[in-house]
Amino acid sequence: MAEKLLELKRVSMAFGGLHVVNELDLHVDEGEIVSVIGPNGAGKTTLFNLITGVYEPTEGDIVFAGRSIKGMDPHKITKLGIARTFQTLRLFLNMTVIENVMAAAFAHTRAGAFRAMLRTPGMRREEGEIRNLAEERLAFFGQRLMGYRWNQPAYSLSYANRRRLEIARATATNPRLLLLDEPAAGMNPTETHEISELIGKLRDEGGYTILVIEHDMLDHGVKISEGSFEYVATDERVVEAYLGTKATATK
Amino acid sequence: MTDAERPTPNVPDSLTEPAGPAVGQDEWVARHAERRLLRGGRLGAVEERLRAAPWWAWLTVFVCLAALLPVGFSSGYVRRVAFDTVLYMLLALGLNVVVGWGGLLDLGYIAFYGLGAYCYALLSSNQFDVHLPTVATVPIVVVVGAVAGWLIGLPSWRLSGDYLAIVTLFFFQIFIVVVTNGDHLFGHNVTGGSNGIGGVDANVRPFNLFGHDLPVAHSGSFNVAYLYVVLAFFAVVFVLLRFVNESRIGRAWRSLREDPLAAELMGMPVNWLKLLAFSFGAAVAALSGTIFAALNAGVFPTTFAFPLLITVYTMVILGGSGSQAGVIVGAIVVNVLLELLRDAGNARYVFYALIVLALFGVYRLSVRLAVVLGGTIALGFVVHGIASAIAKSNVDGPANGENWLIDGLRHWVIVPRDLGPWKQITYVALIGVILLLTLVRGWWRVALLVPTLYLAAFVWENVMLTAPEATRFIILGAILVSVMIARPSGILGERRVEIV
Repeated sequence: MAEKLLELKRVSMAFGGLHVVNELDLHVDEGEIVSVIGPNGAGKTTLFNLITGVYEPTEGDIVFAGRSIKGMDPHKITKLGIARTFQTLRLFLNMTVIENVMAAAFAHTRAGAFRAMLRTPGMRREEGEIRNLAEERLAFFGQRLMGYRWNQPAYSLSYANRRRLEIARATATNPRLLLLDEPAAGMNPTETHEISELIGKLRDEGGYTILVIEHDMLDHGVKISEGSFEYVATDERVVEAYLGTKATATK
Repeated sequence: MTDAERPTPNVPDSLTEPAGPAVGQDEWVARHAERRLLRGGRLGAVEERLRAAPWWAWLTVFVCLAALLPVGFSSGYVRRVAFDTVLYMLLALGLNVVVGWGGLLDLGYIAFYGLGAYCYALLSSNQFDVHLPTVATVPIVVVVGAVAGWLIGLPSWRLSGDYLAIVTLFFFQIFIVVVTNGDHLFGHNVTGGSNGIGGVDANVRPFNLFGHDLPVAHSGSFNVAYLYVVLAFFAVVFVLLRFVNESRIGRAWRSLREDPLAAELMGMPVNWLKLLAFSFGAAVAALSGTIFAALNAGVFPTTFAFPLLITVYTMVILGGSGSQAGVIVGAIVVNVLLELLRDAGNARYVFYALIVLALFGVYRLSVRLAVVLGGTIALGFVVHGIASAIAKSNVDGPANGENWLIDGLRHWVIVPRDLGPWKQITYVALIGVILLLTLVRGWWRVALLVPTLYLAAFVWENVMLTAPEATRFIILGAILVSVMIARPSGILGERRVEIV
């Protein structure tokens, strides 16, 4: 059996009295593509926020590569090897395409402000490496993000290309685990198909383990609702969430 | 008209046929700059050539021109204005790190400028009988500034936007209170209180470089050596900041400005980067403070007040926050303009030149421009003719600021000997008509513009020139408003898109 890369142990998250995630167990093995599904408001994005350290879970523990990352600063978690994209795109819109990707190499590069001011040979070599890395990451998307586009501001990209750029930016942090939050949201069927192929390619060629919030591209599913699959599948609330309720009179 | 009959637009094939494989729909957007270049013709090509010139070429040309300025101008006043402008440019460069790159609204910036000036004064005066050499003092003060910036940043660790602005403003206020009451700080006279540190007793030493004292006044007029010192500081700071901006730190700062949460999640330590930006800004401000204190042979708390903060912010915003060239242009425009407007004769040139330039900017070379200019000139002569026919006293009032321009204008704009209540009435009417102008469109606007311009010239000659001190700030404010409406990102700022 493959090594557990990420493991959530009975993780709960409550905002005041609102329990968004309740005693969730989840594990992602090295090299897997795992999909999180659930209706709106089920807490899928909250789950991503918990893993990446935006929120600290109220209960339970999160273990990444054998190390607890609960309560760590988000940038440290990213440095350990977890990168994400956002459901609502959060690119650095007024920076160029290549700068967006280069910026994400921050965590695994070292030259500080003083070396930058003096432009030491080491700093310049590292700049070259960052640029090569960014070009390589952008090349992953074929012609989509190539050539003259590199020096265009990110806001000039089309919606689909912005989604691609977000993935490219996330991969520039050199992650082991890639969290994709609805990568195909707002895409047309062709583009959706392209994105599913891309996710497969990211695992096979890029070597990333992938946790994705999406509905139709998975190795196995993970439940947001607590309990066994059988329990959840017959859980009235799940049925209600997906299929709606019987017409009942309120009051 | 069928497609075949349509005239073929004169564009090269490379633009109509996408080069390489067909790609997404943003092809058109991405080629925008190329198309604009083609439309621009010869002038556009020159503009493109200028744009393509590397930043160091611009910097070299600029520094050389500024260094040659004392050759052409022997007046101490002009040299002093040049010095002030470069000092403002230095301050604007520092503020640009915090505001333009880091996106942090730091309203305490001037406190670091003051800190630098006071530190210099304390380290090279009789206040504590410390007289360090300049080459030691300046680095010490820069480090003190950087550390202070870092420390002031700490309480604002998790703050951004308005909250950060309020907290830093509070620190600025504390700084002012401390220095104005610092004459018995724990029983010691540290800052000299409201009298500051200065005068013969304090004996704040001027810069001493390469074994030469640089006395403040050289044979009675401004010592031009300070212009060279501040230019050298400016050039070094410009280059160092440029290098930082082109490194991973600079990219991280700009990411932080664009989206702090995304930056944090892409592995950038946002809080640490904020402190670093504060620190850099504060260090540059402190450096500016040293030269200010040395030049004035003293420091006084009233210098470091809110108007200075607002002036530096105006420079950064007007020029284009985030662009080094932009904030420099901003500093030049604001400071030189404010100086020019001191004198009624110069102010008149500025006023009419700005009006004509603004008209050209809005209407380009069009029929409307001809109508507006011709109409205004004709209206002036008609009004002048009628007024002088009624009574000679309507047109032979005193002129403020004699120069060749007023000689011509006297036949056009009426300057009554006694204005009476019309002073207030015309002033208020001008404001009313300008507001009305923003509401009407098309030819109505053109028609209304003609009397508005004439009224503006009347108010300018009769009301505003009689109070130049107030007028300078009104003109600066008007320029600021118009530039911000026309170019929200500043004169040289890159166009910014918030959400698309």
